[in-house]
Amino acid sequence: MNIEGKRNIWATYQKEIAGDRFFYVRSCVRQNFFPGSEKTFLRIMKEELKKEVFEHAAHTTCSGIGYHTDVVPFETAMTMVARQFALMTESGYENFTTSCITSFGLYAEILETWAHFPEVEERIRQHLIKATGRTFIKPANLSHASDVIFKFRKEIGAVSKFRLVNKYTGKPLQVVEHIGCHYSKMFPNKGVGGAEYPYVLIGMIEDWGGEVIDYPERRHCCGFGFRQYLVQANRGYSIACSKKKFESMAPYKPDFILTNCPGCPMFLDRWQYALSEMEGITYGENGLGIPVLTYEELAGMLLGYDPWDLGMQVHQVPVEPLLDKIGIPYDSQRKFLTIDGKSMGQPESPSFLKFYQHE
Amino acid sequence: MNKQVVVIGAGVAGLTVAGALAEQNIKVILIEKEAQTGGHVRNWDRLFPSRRHGSEVMDFLDSNLTKQVDIRRGVTVSSIVRTQNGFKVTLANDDEIDAACLILSTGFQLFNAAKKEEYGYGIYDNVITSAELESIFKSGKEIATKNGKNPERVAFIHCVGSRDEKVGNLYCSKVCCVTGVKQAIEIKEILPHCEVFSFYMDLRMYDRNFEELYYEAQQKWGVNFIRGRLSECAENPDHTLIIKTEDTLTGKPLKMTVDLVVLLVGFTPSAGTGEIVKMLGLKTGQDGFIASADEHFLDNNTDIPGVFVTGAVKGPACIVNTIADARATAQQAAKYLFTLKTG
Repeated sequence: MNIEGKRNIWATYQKEIAGDRFFYVRSCVRQNFFPGSEKTFLRIMKEELKKEVFEHAAHTTCSGIGYHTDVVPFETAMTMVARQFALMTESGYENFTTSCITSFGLYAEILETWAHFPEVEERIRQHLIKATGRTFIKPANLSHASDVIFKFRKEIGAVSKFRLVNKYTGKPLQVVEHIGCHYSKMFPNKGVGGAEYPYVLIGMIEDWGGEVIDYPERRHCCGFGFRQYLVQANRGYSIACSKKKFESMAPYKPDFILTNCPGCPMFLDRWQYALSEMEGITYGENGLGIPVLTYEELAGMLLGYDPWDLGMQVHQVPVEPLLDKIGIPYDSQRKFLTIDGKSMGQPESPSFLKFYQHE
Repeated sequence: MNKQVVVIGAGVAGLTVAGALAEQNIKVILIEKEAQTGGHVRNWDRLFPSRRHGSEVMDFLDSNLTKQVDIRRGVTVSSIVRTQNGFKVTLANDDEIDAACLILSTGFQLFNAAKKEEYGYGIYDNVITSAELESIFKSGKEIATKNGKNPERVAFIHCVGSRDEKVGNLYCSKVCCVTGVKQAIEIKEILPHCEVFSFYMDLRMYDRNFEELYYEAQQKWGVNFIRGRLSECAENPDHTLIIKTEDTLTGKPLKMTVDLVVLLVGFTPSAGTGEIVKMLGLKTGQDGFIASADEHFLDNNTDIPGVFVTGAVKGPACIVNTIADARATAQQAAKYLFTLKTG
């Protein structure tokens, strides 16, 4: 593989990412799936980077999941998004940053629609005034939160306590990166690095000391794909997608998988457990799984945040092998304790997927 | 009066038109940006459908050049200004040439396959273009993967950069289909045990003996033609390639491991053509190639009197058609000069 060929493509897909004063909108589902990620983003932005990030209490869903499952009409979705923009405008911000990839895709799609069809934008403005009395200015800059972390990856790397290096071998960790479909597949020029070889996560991995694995099924769906999972009859297809990816990446012995979408880490993590129960197969070393991380978890982990404050104890695939490889300390006894020290309960041991035994 | 003609571009069209004008005792200045004349044919081993060597065509075209043709190699045109008697052409070396008329034969350039990012050209070592395969044929080198082994499976991908809305080229490049068939046969001739697959949308065997070549590829050489476009190409740990496509005749997705992928790249307007278009204010079609004054009746003329166009500067064309077109252009230009002389 010729890395220069990829760098040429990456050079053609650069996007402007705001540097400060972000209006941040959360995901509907991420706080359930990976509860520490959004909190970690805010902590990094405010404590490490000293940036201004504002959240509005009246912010709602963008309706993206409903839109992509044909439950919410586009007209309705546009009006809901217009309301989010109105909240941003009322709060005095112009840089809109989303936590969710599907939201990012929907916001990008709507702004693009309005750019090409101003009469649609005008109609939506009228809907919004009629429904809420609000008006709005469109964002000066639209970014996904992974864009923002990408932009500040060098600053984060400079204050990180750990690098993506195997402490036993001294070699860079081998990382699989997986990008959410709605990040750049619809509008390649709105994602860092484009659609075919997105760079947004690769940039973080490279700058933080790791190496990226380019495996044959890199572009294949994670297994969420909305319809594959939300329509119950299709769930066999969902898990088959994930299985195809695991089988394709396993020969490269990845140390972990990095994602930037709400659904991808959920499915790539949970389906490893399901596949182990169904078929007795695991894809990591010695009967372990391949840990799956969000980019906020990765950044927080390298910055030295407590893994359990990052919410990594709710992963199905244990992250301790990865923490040990890097040399990140953790307290096994605290794994299933709440912030106030109470037990949050503990999952049953899977039949095949090993829980990690600390050495 | 000055009857001198300036021909810009010394590929097949430029050499032919220059030779045909010289036959009529008309003085020609032939300008070529490269150090050598011949254009793309210089790099081509054998030509479809007869498999004649490209060098034979070059020899033939060169043989028609008399002392009436003054070839200026390795120089570009920096400006063209209309004058009372025609045009003043200034070259990059500051030479100035007065011309009664201009003939544009700046040809085409091959589509940059790296723009089809999903095909992995420039990223995966064993993805090459049809032009690169032709260079291998011409050099006589062994056909081998990056690892130095003879490929056991080769996939030809048709319509790379042609008939493709995603890259903005809706037009057909005309010659890639039959080039793919020719090259597939040539692979089988050199490596009889190699399996060859050809992925196509349509096979446009439009000219004489093309269809026969297509049948030969299937019946004599066992080339597998599969109707379906490539969706993506990825690399295996051993540097073989996984290609994903669809067999649209059976309606099934298809995934296959091959050792070598050959991208049949199409035509795009040359960068030099774009410069000349700007200098003269010529019209282009939606495809970016120069528009002639009338597609049926004045196909070698432009809207500017005294400016003629020939060959692939107007769009994709094979060598046979380019030679015929260039001869027609020479006639139109000679007629124009005669009109100037007689008033």
